[in-house]
Amino acid sequence: MAKTKKKTRGATAQEMGDSQRSISVSEFFTKNRHLLGFDSPRKAMLTCVKEAVDNALDASEEAHILPEVHIILEVVADAKGHKPSAAQAKRFRVTVIDYGPGIVRQQIPKIFAKLLYGSKFHRLRMSRGQQGIGISAAGMYGQLTTGKPVKIISRTSAKNQAHYFEVQIDTKKNEPRILEKKQIEWENHRGTQVTIELEGRYVKGRSSIDEYVEQTAIANPHVKITYDPPDGERRVFERTHNELPEQPREIKPHPYGIEFGMLLKMMHDTKSHWLSGFLKSDFSRISGPLADHICKEAGLSPKKRPRDIHGEPAEKLYRVLQATKIMAPSTNCLSPIGEKAILYGLYQQIKGDFYTAVTRPPAVYRGNPFVIEAGLAFGRGSGDDQKKKRKKTIDGPLAEGEGKDTQRELARIIRYANRVPLLFQMSGCATTKAVLDTAWRNYGVSQSRGALPQGPMVIFVHMASVWVPFTSESKEAIADYDEIKKQIKLALQECGRRLGIFLKRRDRAKSEFRRRNVFELYIKEVVDSCNRLKGGKLPVKKLTKQLTEIAEKVTGGTKTDEILGKTGAGPEGLPSSIIVTEEGVEGDIPLMAGDTIELPLGDAPPQAPGAEEPESVSPEIEKAKPKPKKKAKSKAVKKKKKPAPKAKKKAVKEKAAKKKAKKKPAPKKKKKSLPAKRKKK
Amino acid sequence: MATSKQRQAEVKRRLTGLADMVIAAAAKKKDPMMKIPVRSLSNVKFNGKKRIIEMGKKKQERSFFNLGQAKKFMQTILVADALAELQNANLTTSLREIYYRTKHTIEGSHENTFDGQNESDPLIEDLEVSLAALREEFHVRADNGGTMVGPIVLEDDGDRIDCTKLGKGGYSIPSIVEPGYIDIKKCTADFVLLIEKGTQWNRLSEDKFWKKFNCILLTGNGQPPRGVRRLARRLHEERKLPVYVLVDNDPWGYYIYSVIKQGSINLAFESQRMAIPKAKFVGLSSFDPGKYDLPRNVGIKLNDKDINRAKELLNYPWFQKPHWQKEIKGMLSSGLKYELDALANKDFQFLTKVYLPQKLKERDWID
Repeated sequence: MAKTKKKTRGATAQEMGDSQRSISVSEFFTKNRHLLGFDSPRKAMLTCVKEAVDNALDASEEAHILPEVHIILEVVADAKGHKPSAAQAKRFRVTVIDYGPGIVRQQIPKIFAKLLYGSKFHRLRMSRGQQGIGISAAGMYGQLTTGKPVKIISRTSAKNQAHYFEVQIDTKKNEPRILEKKQIEWENHRGTQVTIELEGRYVKGRSSIDEYVEQTAIANPHVKITYDPPDGERRVFERTHNELPEQPREIKPHPYGIEFGMLLKMMHDTKSHWLSGFLKSDFSRISGPLADHICKEAGLSPKKRPRDIHGEPAEKLYRVLQATKIMAPSTNCLSPIGEKAILYGLYQQIKGDFYTAVTRPPAVYRGNPFVIEAGLAFGRGSGDDQKKKRKKTIDGPLAEGEGKDTQRELARIIRYANRVPLLFQMSGCATTKAVLDTAWRNYGVSQSRGALPQGPMVIFVHMASVWVPFTSESKEAIADYDEIKKQIKLALQECGRRLGIFLKRRDRAKSEFRRRNVFELYIKEVVDSCNRLKGGKLPVKKLTKQLTEIAEKVTGGTKTDEILGKTGAGPEGLPSSIIVTEEGVEGDIPLMAGDTIELPLGDAPPQAPGAEEPESVSPEIEKAKPKPKKKAKSKAVKKKKKPAPKAKKKAVKEKAAKKKAKKKPAPKKKKKSLPAKRKKK
Repeated sequence: MATSKQRQAEVKRRLTGLADMVIAAAAKKKDPMMKIPVRSLSNVKFNGKKRIIEMGKKKQERSFFNLGQAKKFMQTILVADALAELQNANLTTSLREIYYRTKHTIEGSHENTFDGQNESDPLIEDLEVSLAALREEFHVRADNGGTMVGPIVLEDDGDRIDCTKLGKGGYSIPSIVEPGYIDIKKCTADFVLLIEKGTQWNRLSEDKFWKKFNCILLTGNGQPPRGVRRLARRLHEERKLPVYVLVDNDPWGYYIYSVIKQGSINLAFESQRMAIPKAKFVGLSSFDPGKYDLPRNVGIKLNDKDINRAKELLNYPWFQKPHWQKEIKGMLSSGLKYELDALANKDFQFLTKVYLPQKLKERDWID
C-alpha cells in the first residue's frame, strides 16, 4: 500500500526531464494524420491523388510545359491473389504520371520521403502546393497502412537516363531511407511517375476522386488529364486551351501581411546593414523615402543595424509599419485562370444553356494580394441524356396528379483555391457564404431564405493568391475574411446580372411563343365545341381562320416565329417545354447571335472562331441586343461576313451539319470550334 | 311539367348562346369574352327586406385571347358543350362525370384539357350564375346527401313513396327535387325538423319522434346539400310548414342554420329558391346547458379557429339581431361548445323525451 501511494505522488522534475525529447515532424503527423487530410481511407486516397497531381501541374507549369497528367488507380490483390471489386477493395495502388521537367536524381528521395521539404514554402508565389508536406505525407500514409515504399521513376530529358527509386521515410529522423535505386529504361522522354500503395476506399459521387478530376479539368483547361478509375473505362479530359497560364512572379512580403514574430525573424536574417535598407529591399511597396519616414516615426535611426533591434523599439516599428499608409502589393504575382479559360472549362465539362465567367481585379487581404474569379453554367443543355430523361418522365398525356412533383434542385458550387478543387467542408467556406449572401432572386433565380439558389446551375468560384487562407492544414475551405467574401460577392453579382439578362431574354421569347401556341391549341378545342353546340352546322374552317388571325394580331404577328425559328424549338406544341437548345447558344437566339463573331476582333486573332464563348456575355450583350432581333437571319449573317469571313463559313457549315445530324450531342459539335482542334487542322 | 319543357329549351338556347358569342366576336375580329358574376363575399349583399343573401352585380370578364384566361375560357366552352349534350340526350349526370367527359388531350400536345375535377367544378357554377340557370336544370346532380322520414307521400320517377313506411333508414333525398322530378302527393305533417347530424336524426327516427309530434325529420349530414335545402323550402312554401333547425352549439352549427335561413355566400344566386327566411333555430343554444342542467365537462373548449369564426359571424349582417349577438357572445364568454350528442349524458333518449318536447312546448327558439 505504502509503495503504491508513493508512486502516485508523481514523477520528479528530474524524471520528467529525462523523458522529454524532441518530436520529429514525421512522428507528429503519423499520429495526427487527419490534419493533413488523411483521416479516412476514402479521403486519404483522394488527398494522395490530389497532392501528386498538384505537384505534377506545378512543376510542368514552372518549366513552361503544357501539363499532361495520367492518373491510374488500381485495386491491389490480397495475399491469396484475389482481387476484390473496386467498390469493396481496401487496398489500392495510385500512380500519377506527368510529362513535366522531371526531378534531378539527388533530390528524389528528399522530395518524396522528407516532410516539409520543398521549393514552395520559402517564397511568396502563387502555386498549388504550399508547404511541401503533401506528397511526402501521402507516401508516409501509404507506408503506414501497407508498409510499401513509394516508387518513383523520373527522367529530366531524353538524353539522360531514367532513375528508379524506392524510398521510405524514417519517421524518427524525418529523413528518407532509400530501399532501391537504379537506372532503368523508360518509354517517356521526360517526366515523373509516382506510385503509392495505400489503404483506401473508392467511392463515387460527392467528394470523390472522379469529382476531383472533373473539377480539376474545369479549372485547368490547359491540362490534358487521362484518368483510369479502378473499375471503369478510361476517361480523357482533352486540353481545350493551348496557352499556359502566365507564370506568377515571386514577391516580397507586404508589411500589412506579416506578424511581429515574422518581422523579428526577417530583421535577424536580413542581409541589409541598415534598417532603411532592410525595409526597402525586404518588403514590397516600401520606397527609400517611405523607409526613412517609417524609421523617423518609429524613432529609430535609419542606419541602425536591423539585427540589433529588439524588444520595445521593435514593437514600435511593427506598430508604425501597420499604421503607415502603404500602397497595396503588386499583383503580378498572381495568375488567374482567365475568363476565357474558365468558359472553356465549364463548357467542356458541364452541360448547360448559358455560361459566363468573371475575373475580378486583384484585391488585398492582410497584405496578401488575391484575385477572385467566378463562373456560372446554367441550364440542362440539350444532350441526348436530357432527351432520354424527358422521355422517361412524360410520355403521352398525363393522368390526374401525375407529373406535378417537380422537385427543385439546388445550385452546385465548385470551389477552387489556386486552381485546386476544394471538395470538403463546403459549409465552412467563405465561397459558400458569399453564394448564400448573394441575392439571386434579383436575377430571376429563386432562392429560399438562407439557402442556395435553385435551378440547374453550377457556380464556379476560384481564389488565386500567394497565400490562400485555409481554415485548416488539409486545405479544404477558404477562411472567411471580409475582403475575400466581398470580392466573391461582387464577382457572383456580375455573373448573376448576366444570367438575369439571359433568362429574361429567353423567357420573353418563350412566353411569346407560348402564347401563340396556347391560342392555336385552344382554338381548335373552342371551335369544335362551338360546332357541337351549334349542332354541327358551323363553318369550322372560317371560324378557325378568323380566330387564328386574331391570335396573330394579339401576340405580335409573325415575330415570334422569327425569333424562335419556329421550325424545331422543342417538342411540338407542348407550351411549357420549349427548350433553348444548342442552336440557341450558337446563334439562333438573339442573345448570342450578334456577339458570336463580332467579338473576336478585339481579341487575339488566331483564336477568332474559338473566342465566341468567352466574353460573349459581357457588355456586348447590350450592344448586340437590337440588331439581330429586327433583321432577318440572313441579313445578320451577311453582316458578320465582313469582319471574319472564315468564321462565317464555319458557322454556316456547322449549321448544315447540325441539320444533318440532329441527334449528335451538342458539346461535340462545339468542340469543333474550339481552338485546340482547329490548330491541329 | 309544361314549364319544364319550355325551360329546358331555354337553358339549351342559353348554352348555345356561348357559341354564338364566339362566332360573332370572331366575325368582328374581336376577342371573345364572357361576363361572369363574381362569387365571393365581396359580391354578396344581405337583403334586409327579404331577409336573404343576394348576389351583387360585380362581374368578371373572361376572354379568350388573354394568356391567363385562355385555358379557362376554352374549358368553359367545353363544359357548356357537355351540358348541352346532356340536354339533348335528356340525361342527368354527376360533376365527376362531367369532368371525365370533358377531359382529353389537346390535339398536337401533351396537355390535358382538365387536370383535375377541381378545375371543372367551379366552371359549372360559373355557368349557372352567368346563364342564370340552376344546376338541376343543367341536369347535373350532386351526391344524395340527405334522408327524410315523416307523414309525407312523394312521387319519384313514377314510384309512390310513403315516408312513413321506410323503417328507420328513411327516404334518401336525391339532389334534384324540382317539381317534375319529385312531386309531393300528400303531406299531413305539422312542421319540418331539420337536424344537422345524422346520428341525432337516427336517434329521433328510432324513437319515432315524427309520429308523436307529427313532423317530418330531415337531415343533411352536416352542411345540407342543395336537394335537402330545396325540399325543405318546397315543404315550407307549398305546404306552409314551419321549419325548425337543430344544430350543434358551435359556430359551424350557427352557420348551417344561417345557410338554411338566408342562403350561402358561394351559392348566393340560389338563395331565391333555397332560403327559408322564416326558419327557426331550436338548438343547441348557448343557454341550453344551463337550462337543461348539462354538466360543464361535456362541453368542448373553443379553439382559435372556432373563436375566429364566431367573431366573423358576429359581423355578418344577418346575425345582427340582439338575441343572436347575445347567443354568439354567450358561447364566446363561456369558452365552450356543445355537440347535440352531449345530451346523451343525461339519458340516451333525453333529446326525444325531454329536450325537444320542452323546447317545442315552450316555443323556445330563436328567429
